Amino acid sequence: MLARRPLLVEGLTALGLVAVPFVLPYFGFSPGTINQILVWGLFGIGFDIVFGYTGLLSFGQSAFYGTGGFIAAYLLTNNLMSNVLLALLVGMVGAAVAGVLVGVIALRRTGIYFAMITVAIAETFFFIENSPLSAWTGGENGLPGVPTPSFTFGSFTYHVTNGWSMYGFLAVCYFIGLAIALRIVRSPVGAIFSAIRDNPLRAQAVGHAVGLYKLTAFVIAAAYAGLAGGLLGVLQGFMPPDAFTFDTSGQLVMQTAIGGIGTLFGPLVGAVVWLYLRDFLQEVVGLGAAWKLVLGVVFVLLVCFLRRGLIGGLQDIIARLVTRSRRAASEAAPAPAAPSLASVGPSRRRQDTSFSGPVLEARGLTKSFGGLIANRNINFAVEPGELRGIIGPNGAGKSTFFKMLTCEMPPSSGRIIFQGRDITGMDVAAVCQLGLTKSYQVNQLFSRLTLRQNVVIAALAERRGIFSLDLLRRMDRVPGLETQVESTLALVGLAARADLPVAELAYGEKRRLEIALALASSPSLLLLDEPLAGMSPQERVETVQLLKNIRRGRTLVVVDHDMDAIFELAERITVLHEGTLLAEGTPAEIQRNGLVQEAYLGGVAAA
Amino acid sequence: MITWSNFVSQLFNGLALGALLALISAGLTIIYGTLGVLNLAHGAMFMLGGYAGYVAFQATGSYAIAVIAGALFLVVVGGLVELVVVRHFYNRPPEDQLLVTFGIGIVIVELVRLAFGSLSLTVPAPSWAAGVTSLGFMIYPTYRIVVLAIAAAALAVLYVVLYRTRLGMMVRAGIEDSGMVDMLGINIYRVFMLVFGIGAMAAGFAGIVNAPVVSLTPDMGDGILVQTFVVVVIGGVGSFPGAILGGLIAGEILSLTSMVDPSYSEVMLFVVMTLVLLLRPEGLLGLRGRA
Repeated sequence: MLARRPLLVEGLTALGLVAVPFVLPYFGFSPGTINQILVWGLFGIGFDIVFGYTGLLSFGQSAFYGTGGFIAAYLLTNNLMSNVLLALLVGMVGAAVAGVLVGVIALRRTGIYFAMITVAIAETFFFIENSPLSAWTGGENGLPGVPTPSFTFGSFTYHVTNGWSMYGFLAVCYFIGLAIALRIVRSPVGAIFSAIRDNPLRAQAVGHAVGLYKLTAFVIAAAYAGLAGGLLGVLQGFMPPDAFTFDTSGQLVMQTAIGGIGTLFGPLVGAVVWLYLRDFLQEVVGLGAAWKLVLGVVFVLLVCFLRRGLIGGLQDIIARLVTRSRRAASEAAPAPAAPSLASVGPSRRRQDTSFSGPVLEARGLTKSFGGLIANRNINFAVEPGELRGIIGPNGAGKSTFFKMLTCEMPPSSGRIIFQGRDITGMDVAAVCQLGLTKSYQVNQLFSRLTLRQNVVIAALAERRGIFSLDLLRRMDRVPGLETQVESTLALVGLAARADLPVAELAYGEKRRLEIALALASSPSLLLLDEPLAGMSPQERVETVQLLKNIRRGRTLVVVDHDMDAIFELAERITVLHEGTLLAEGTPAEIQRNGLVQEAYLGGVAAA
Repeated sequence: MITWSNFVSQLFNGLALGALLALISAGLTIIYGTLGVLNLAHGAMFMLGGYAGYVAFQATGSYAIAVIAGALFLVVVGGLVELVVVRHFYNRPPEDQLLVTFGIGIVIVELVRLAFGSLSLTVPAPSWAAGVTSLGFMIYPTYRIVVLAIAAAALAVLYVVLYRTRLGMMVRAGIEDSGMVDMLGINIYRVFMLVFGIGAMAAGFAGIVNAPVVSLTPDMGDGILVQTFVVVVIGGVGSFPGAILGGLIAGEILSLTSMVDPSYSEVMLFVVMTLVLLLRPEGLLGLRGRA
């Protein structure tokens, strides 16, 4: 909806910002409070990108707020720079550099570890500002005398002082910051951020350098924080040391959660609520210091009952209304046509046509977990265009074998060679970029995205490579993406359901989407880990047909327990048993093989 | 000028501080290990312990009663927090758990501020532990020795409870696989509630014991929470021995660095944490792959 009217949000925001001086004062907001709200809102845009979009909860944003703020304030108060905008920019860059350094350390861990480490690092910044650097930062006194900018347009000069002239300046800054953030979250990089939030493992497996994208989000957040910190100094005419405190980070987190995460506007709304309640409860209701208690209680209740904050709650209500009408519409729509088969060419730029010999080769592959040997000295080769089946009783080591082939798990010894190239020890994303990927035994989808968005994530890796910083590129400007996505969806027969959220799909559809994610990266070799697991007879028939379709021009390796399907599909079958390669041959040979019969039936058939 | 006696007494200070940090961190780590929830209200629990001890001491004048009453109070508070709020977050993303415990921490801090004001309060050391003791090679404040002894004893008790009792076995089994424990017919929720209570008590207990050394303010938990994070990151999250080792390391770093230059002591702590993260991301005694 928004994609079709791309400037709608920007336009409404601009209108809103213009309207604020005429509206908010009636509700008791002073210009000073409104200006603070804008600074918090800008600060929060970056935080929302790293938390709301990428899923990294940092409790250490104060580090960058303070860094940017103090750099700008130091440059301005020591007359090293007279141009306020330039000083703000330098502060922003300084904060971004700090973001790179902190990110490299903190992003080594995820989840709660990441949160704890960001807290600790932010505290370090505070202590460093307060003591070792106090000669530059003024220590506990901060830096007074930060000047305000003025701008000359021809004969007219706009002096920013305080009150509404400051508002004009801050509103422009906020608007630019927001417009850029909107471009970022709508760009391919923004889509990948959401994918990382939902399922970092799969984002990596479809070929994105997740670590670098996380760092990108973190640095973007640091840059926004740095700019906001600089503006805080300009706004107050003084750079306070408490910008660096844990309270600052905490307030940012709370405001964002109150307003709504993953909306970009959440922090702004949260700041409105926070500062309004502060002023209102303290002065009008006369609660004094107890206002923060009320706020704390409100916050806990919101987290408990309105997880996505005020904006998120509103969106949910709207979305529910929209879906209801849309569902009514889609039920009336005709049944989807049969999937077109003339689609998704196998591969593509990276295919190495000069190469001949086996596509994939495993030499002496062994994996041991402590004393348990899951795979022992397996030699295995797949020829181009082949459809290979792998079977074996439970515990035969099939999944371990697959994980090693796609480099999800390093082998204890042995080599893996893909298209003549040794890929042992390479990263999953890099291997996927070479054209080798797999679909998972247990669905690994991006659960909060729609079906189409899921496929887009995988296709983006193929179209843009492992890492690309096209932060401001519009999604529809990625060459060939649309075709790639549509033909993949058509191939798995999900085109008609493309705009549904994953959560609304039936199990069999999710299974096909799982395969589609692997297909969308145009692999030349596709490994399928139990594609038929848990399917109803009808779904099974459809999926077997799907496998027959997608094998054209591709090499496939399929692990499954469904013997009928494997014997129907595969040209050659490899049998694993107790971690070793038991037999290999055509379906007919395997059927006659006494060892195989013994492994499966415990010798009854052989006897 | 660093003298030998100064060094030894700082070493002792570090030991006492380290034992306290170990106790608080053990509480945090037991809760995390069992429930999978990082309790951001843990610093507030520490602070609340100090105030509970203060109230009990004002009422009775007895140090022993203050410590016991304060600790019991924290078990109840911890259990209630688990029952009313945290329990409903086990199936929600870790970020939500962080947000809600962070909010609970603020509510507790602000409640205390409302009741006692922001000014700092003091609890005197018990009369039998006032003054100084000569250890032969140096003279040292008696109460600090008491702190060290009590914290060490509390850690020992916690160890016995965790590793030598049925409850401890359930807790440790719960750390491995709480679903399985549930299926074995143990009421895992009651265990969880108790664990949260015990974890909160460990922090609160440290708060009471520490109260005569520092002065009480509602915000005192923030700094402790951050130090506790460093301790568990160094020691390995979810590891009881790791919490003790990490606590002692952190205590010694803080106090030995402050001998050279107090303003660098916290910075040094974070430098060491960073080194640990770079060289051994799972922490010194943490298990690889468990995170």
